[in-house]
Amino acid sequence: MTAATETGHPSVLAKAVREGIFAGVISFLMFLLFVGIETYQDINNALVWRTRWGLLAIFVLVAAVGRFLTVGFIKPHLDQRKLAKAKSGVLEISESKSFFHRHFLKIALIFLLVYPFLSLLIVGKQGSLKYVDNFGIQILIYVMLAWGLNIVVGLAGLLDLGYVAFYAVGAYSYALLSSYFGFSFWLLLPMSGILAALWGVILGFPVLRLRGDYLAIVTLAFGEIIRLVLINWTDVTKGTFGISGIAKASFFGIWSFDTGSASSFVKAWGLSPSSVYYKIFLFYIILALCMLTAYVTIQLRRMPIGRAWEALREDEIACRSLGINTVTTKLTAFATGAMFGGFAGAFFATRQGFVSPESFVFLESAVILAIVVLGGMGSLTGIAIAAMVMVGGTEVLREMSFLKVVFGPDFTPELYRMLLFGLAMIIVMLFKPRGFVGSREPTAFLKERRAVSGSFTKEGHG
Amino acid sequence: MALGTTTMTNDTILKVEHLSMKFGGLMAINDLSLEARRGEITALIGPNGAGKTTVFNCITGFYKPTMGMLTLQRRDGKEFLLERLRDFEIPKLAGVARTFQNIRLFSGLTVLENLLVAQHNALMKASGYTLLGLLGFPTYRRAVDASIEKAKYWLDKADLTDRADDPAGDLPYGAQRRLEIARAMCTGPELLCLDEPAAGLNPRESAALNTLLHQIRDEGVSILLIEHDMSVVMQISDHVVVLEYGQKISDGSPDHVKNDPRVIAAYLGVEDDEVEEVIAVELEGGNH
Ligand SMILES: Nc1ncnc2c1ncn2[C@@H]1O[C@H](COP(=O)(O)OP(=O)(O)OP(=O)(O)O)[C@@H](O)[C@H]1O
Ligand SMILES: [Mg+2]
Repeated sequence: MTAATETGHPSVLAKAVREGIFAGVISFLMFLLFVGIETYQDINNALVWRTRWGLLAIFVLVAAVGRFLTVGFIKPHLDQRKLAKAKSGVLEISESKSFFHRHFLKIALIFLLVYPFLSLLIVGKQGSLKYVDNFGIQILIYVMLAWGLNIVVGLAGLLDLGYVAFYAVGAYSYALLSSYFGFSFWLLLPMSGILAALWGVILGFPVLRLRGDYLAIVTLAFGEIIRLVLINWTDVTKGTFGISGIAKASFFGIWSFDTGSASSFVKAWGLSPSSVYYKIFLFYIILALCMLTAYVTIQLRRMPIGRAWEALREDEIACRSLGINTVTTKLTAFATGAMFGGFAGAFFATRQGFVSPESFVFLESAVILAIVVLGGMGSLTGIAIAAMVMVGGTEVLREMSFLKVVFGPDFTPELYRMLLFGLAMIIVMLFKPRGFVGSREPTAFLKERRAVSGSFTKEGHG
Repeated sequence: MALGTTTMTNDTILKVEHLSMKFGGLMAINDLSLEARRGEITALIGPNGAGKTTVFNCITGFYKPTMGMLTLQRRDGKEFLLERLRDFEIPKLAGVARTFQNIRLFSGLTVLENLLVAQHNALMKASGYTLLGLLGFPTYRRAVDASIEKAKYWLDKADLTDRADDPAGDLPYGAQRRLEIARAMCTGPELLCLDEPAAGLNPRESAALNTLLHQIRDEGVSILLIEHDMSVVMQISDHVVVLEYGQKISDGSPDHVKNDPRVIAAYLGVEDDEVEEVIAVELEGGNH
């Protein structure tokens, strides 16, 4: 029996062929109009259509062959593995965690610390601009934002659809205070966080009485209001033009990264001028900020306030019956999350050198929330991985110009990043409905620390 | 903390006066007065929909009563008008803890964490509202140790020590009921309100619950108990109040209540005029 499934049992193969053909027919019918036919405007601006049989054939073939392989080979293989696992007993599996698995976090941190130099070594100065900036910094910003939102959504269970508002407050605080008063980055970084937290409290006060869907809608509205204020308060924010020429962060006031400055970092170290040093510096700043977020989150979870956040997510009424002031508890979660959003915003402003309301649209909030949900609400590791896959995936798509060969020269791969999000969402929700890392670590234990399965935790309703 | 119109003797912990609660056109509680004495188990019984849970919700601040006064006197003599406090202030200031008819545990937190959350206010203060705690002040460390000791104490009483590190949602039903009581006790209450704690328990669990309740009472905590099961009520309570359609129909010792014809009528579902008959028959029997 085992040997038969390995080589492909005849009945299994027949079934696979049948299902493959079926999938092909279905996808043919489905894609016939979407893919097989394309409309366009000709020279006279008339709408005409042409066929794309080749592309349609690719779609149908992928579906048919994919189904054939899944049913014929992948599924029997997986079943067999499950069987083998069941035979060998559950205990053994948890014992035999690989070295990589056990030391995953340390390895990841070490990798991140050497990452800029690694990329310098491998692809040189010009090449590493892309790897440090587009991949490294970009991903880490989203990691930080998602970790910040995780406090609100993942721990306290408050569905906030307007998180980007605090990101915007942080970014504009830095941009305005730096260009009007010339304060330095190192002064404005904490200030932006505090201002964002203040906004969190101000917005939170009226909003946090609402629960569930109502809270989600009102936070969404507040996010949009902040953006509209930024657009329309042209005297201060310069409206849609945005604020440009924002000061760069300095090396703790010792060296500057401006070219031509007297205390230039490049001159001080006798290096040839390149913007890569500044990028590497920024990389370490955002890495440190991420670590700060993670550290504070981990510490707060063990504090009474963090435990109250999680209890709030589980059952708000029970919380009140135990004498917990749910309003202030929610407010602290909101403010703490907002503060990290503010830090990230200030960093974003100094990295871009330019802020405009364009950067703070609802889609950003949705992406950050999607990362939190995909990663597994409450889990820092899961969220970091989700951010890497999602944001890194977007950047990778940008690189995939070879797809133009398949889909024609008009194809811009990065426009399909939402497709990537959708796909990732569907896959994760199908196989891991609680997100990538669905379990939660208890914050206290008597005998042994055992992860709590995601099937017991709740998402919160307010 | 205003004083009530009538001064309370020190052996009364809770005094409910002329309590009424209206939901739209429905009078869920109608002019109810009752007293719970310190150190006793007071049972609140009555048929379904009599308004028992509503009384609890008024006492614990989840509903604002339409009318009436709820006075709670703490051991040190301080008095609180419960209807003027917000829901979370009642456990915090007045020392009233409660459980729910349909269990409300933090199912994704472990059993131990559930008990630690219950000590939130004490721990919050000890952690200097998180600031000192983050800096690892020794006073906070001591408070944490004390809170774990307290949790251990109640885990032991509720026979849950073995399951301390399991998620609360993973416990069997009877254990969840006990955990909810232990959690309420971890807030350090003077009055514990239990809403049908024995519902759905098997006889063995029910017996264990009775022991637990007696232990709680022996620690000097007064208990207000809603219960359907007459046999449980008769076994453990010192004082019984019977409710029907939001009104008190009987009040007294278990024996007194058990033989009250109005109670028998309410529980057997006899019509009002038949009650008169029952009373008349009893009176006649007395005359002979
Ligand atoms: N929030 C509410 N809104 C409207 N009506 C309510 C509300 N809460 C309770 N009621 C009504 O008040 C009456 C008393 O309900 P209550 O839950 O207090 O009864 P109970 O004595 O606890 O019954 P049970 O033994 O079934 O628990 C019922 O008719 C109920 O429908
Ligand atoms: Mg009830």
